Amino acid sequence: MSWFRRPSRPADPLLAELADALAPDRVRNDGAQRSLTSHDASVFDGGVSGPVCFPTTTEEVQAIMRIAERHGRAVVPRGAGTGLAGGAIPLGAPVVVCTGKMNNVIQIDLENRIAWVEPGVINLDLSKQLRPKGFHFAPDPSSQQVCTLGGNVANNSGGPHCLAYGVTDAHVLALEVVLPDGQVARLGGLEDEPDGLDLRGAFVGSEGTLGIATKIAVRLTPNPPAVRTMLLSFSSVRDAAQTVSDVIAAGVVPAALEVMDQRMVTAIEAYVGAGYPTDAAAVLLAEVEGLEAGVDIDVAHIERIGRANHATDVRLAGSDAERAALWKGRKTAFGAVAQIAPDYYLHDTVVPRAKLADVLEQVYEIVDRHDVLVLNVFHAGDGNLHPLLVFDAREEGTLERVHAAGAEILRASLEAGGVLSGEHGIGVEKQQYMEELFTAADLDHQNRLRQAFDPACRANPGKVLPMGHSCADIQALRAVPTGVWG
Amino acid sequence: MSTLASTDATIADFAAAVGETEPVAVRGGGTRWRLGGALTGSARIVEAPKGIVDYQPAEMIVTVRAGTSTADLHRALAEHGQTCALPERGGTVGGAVVVGENRLDRMGRGSVRDAVLQVRYVSADGEVVTGGGPVVKNVTGFNIPKLMTGSLGTLGLLAEVVLRTNPAPPVQRWLRAESVDPRDLRDIVLRPGAVLWDGTSSWILVEGHAPDVDAEIERLAARADITTAAGPPELPPHRWRLSPSDASQADRVVEGEFVASIGVGTVWATTAQPVREPDPVAAQIADRMKHLFDPTGRLNPGRSTWT
Ligand SMILES: Cc1cc2nc3c(=O)[nH]c(=O)nc-3n(C[C@H](O)[C@H](O)[C@H](O)COP(=O)(O)OP(=O)(O)OC[C@H]3O[C@@H](n4cnc5c(N)ncnc54)[C@H](O)[C@@H]3O)c2cc1C
Repeated sequence: MSWFRRPSRPADPLLAELADALAPDRVRNDGAQRSLTSHDASVFDGGVSGPVCFPTTTEEVQAIMRIAERHGRAVVPRGAGTGLAGGAIPLGAPVVVCTGKMNNVIQIDLENRIAWVEPGVINLDLSKQLRPKGFHFAPDPSSQQVCTLGGNVANNSGGPHCLAYGVTDAHVLALEVVLPDGQVARLGGLEDEPDGLDLRGAFVGSEGTLGIATKIAVRLTPNPPAVRTMLLSFSSVRDAAQTVSDVIAAGVVPAALEVMDQRMVTAIEAYVGAGYPTDAAAVLLAEVEGLEAGVDIDVAHIERIGRANHATDVRLAGSDAERAALWKGRKTAFGAVAQIAPDYYLHDTVVPRAKLADVLEQVYEIVDRHDVLVLNVFHAGDGNLHPLLVFDAREEGTLERVHAAGAEILRASLEAGGVLSGEHGIGVEKQQYMEELFTAADLDHQNRLRQAFDPACRANPGKVLPMGHSCADIQALRAVPTGVWG
Repeated sequence: MSTLASTDATIADFAAAVGETEPVAVRGGGTRWRLGGALTGSARIVEAPKGIVDYQPAEMIVTVRAGTSTADLHRALAEHGQTCALPERGGTVGGAVVVGENRLDRMGRGSVRDAVLQVRYVSADGEVVTGGGPVVKNVTGFNIPKLMTGSLGTLGLLAEVVLRTNPAPPVQRWLRAESVDPRDLRDIVLRPGAVLWDGTSSWILVEGHAPDVDAEIERLAARADITTAAGPPELPPHRWRLSPSDASQADRVVEGEFVASIGVGTVWATTAQPVREPDPVAAQIADRMKHLFDPTGRLNPGRSTWT
């Protein structure tokens, strides 16, 4: 088949039915497309993609679900593929549903302060549309230029500004969801306390294992009239972390509190020149927003706390340009890392805020022992650590050392009273650690939640729960005929 | 600050009281006893354990047993200048969580749903189950706390919760406003704690740092006739669940006298809201959920979250 011809009806019955339900050019089964969709932004391999569909409507998503069910295939939703826990990696050649062509902002309803959007809308695109109207969508993951709102919902994503406003879950009021059996459910509502169980709350953060969100009602947050951005420098990471806990303890609720360590700052400076001091052991980027008088009170308070913790320098951005430069540094941190080593593994754990400094010290000790390089840039205000291990996977034995160090970082976080993930999810990355946090009964109840939506475990099987706790998943994976395992 | 130890032993006692068979119901303060329908049959009544287990003001979280009165909880939080999303109208913490009704000043204090970080409950088979985690940000596994909040105790019987707390605003002031569209009040004030409207007058809770509150009041005074109010108006007994846009037309939508929470959607009225039809597919999921969590229907029998 030459590439410029319209694809003809495929011979394979599954592909043929999908092509009939959508359009031949929106169902792809070529090696290039399947290879692309077999990965996400995580370091995990082992994905095998089946046919890749690009629906444009809820009805098409329903049709895909029903066809996949008839052919005994699982279905994996996929947004932009920026997930870091392997949530979108297809296991066992499922039908992959890319939401990229469902990217309309359906309605902006200022009276209810909500917007109805399709799942493929890019996070930043929504905020750009809202800004002139005086609103924005508060969750701002660092990947916001590319990640989709459907992916944000599925991973309950966070971002620097979620400290004051809450993560995605606090900003999703209602969902239209296509269940794995092809039925459409409306979850939640515009009421403050919708009737019935909070199935909307159960769906947000479910990593594509309960169905596919096809419409999302998100909350709009008014843009604050006054914003102040500060950069505090410290001669130790401990002082920066202590400042964060003390600010929270003092009852100040900044919009953002982000810490970057010296190695991260050096990488950022080499990359974009944000004006961060490269001689400080750590910097704290703090932002407060609200009304004029209050933000100045908060700035003074944060400065006092920083100085009491031996801040070597406290800088307040004097202009919008300076503010933008400070944020540019933080927001390009991951790009900067690419300059240091070809591969990175971004971890994501949460610890009580009072334990930040202790756990960070352990992180440095662990990576030293495993001879791995770490950079730290993280949502300190929530206690959300992001140790970023950089390496060159081509070097023999490196990946093993990176995984060994990662496992120890996870355990150190759990021992400090923390949890496995603050915003990236479990996916295939942390399944095997779930039993260290939860009992068999706890995991069994999580599996029941899953089964109420997806009794046959056909949506994104093999994710989140460890295999032993979701036996139906194993069946769904086994149902795949041999030969399609690529 | 740990005021109680051996929490596991207490929860184990509660689990033993719940047992593994026969209908059982938890009674908290009884303030919302009839919500979700009357109990059917002869359910054994049990009480959840009481007491604040661990309160860390600097961490902004509190671990509290379900049988603790919300008044005791709020008293403990107030000692450290803090508050939380649970309403303060009597009853127990567990009751407030499984009922899931938000406070009048919900816009300022957040919702109950968003405040519940971790739950420990006794399942229908008498096991102690934990969902969520004791930190402010967490996506580790499925969101059991969301499922329990507002479940009216039909999926598990709450023993203990970890709640997010918030700093109490430095200044709060209730004002009454006449001759102004209440929706404008909400647009003038950046983050009001509450905006209420009874069809004629409006009330607004302005809060924050003192100079900001003064500035907001000045802005309000330029647009409406405002006077200081002692507090919110008295609320009629029935709760209507509407969208914010419907609530701001409560005079057309709601029968009888009402107080509408503008920007939130909840309306308190002298008449009850007509029964709403649930989404049929969501109702199927909810039925399956109930069956999976409580196959014999022994937990709070007769109660349903679709009323
Ligand atoms: C450089 C970089 C920075 C990042 N920074 C952050 C950050 O600051 N905060 C943060 O929280 N995350 C961050 N992430 C992680 C990632 O961007 C988020 O998890 C994002 O929300 C994923 O969106 P996506 O569209 O790429 O989803 P995908 O990766 O395509 O999918 C993620 C999961 O969502 C499911 N899914 C997708 N769409 C739907 C749908 N419509 N219905 C049901 N399930 C669906 C998939 O099956 C999968 O399980 C970062 C990632 C990168 C690469």
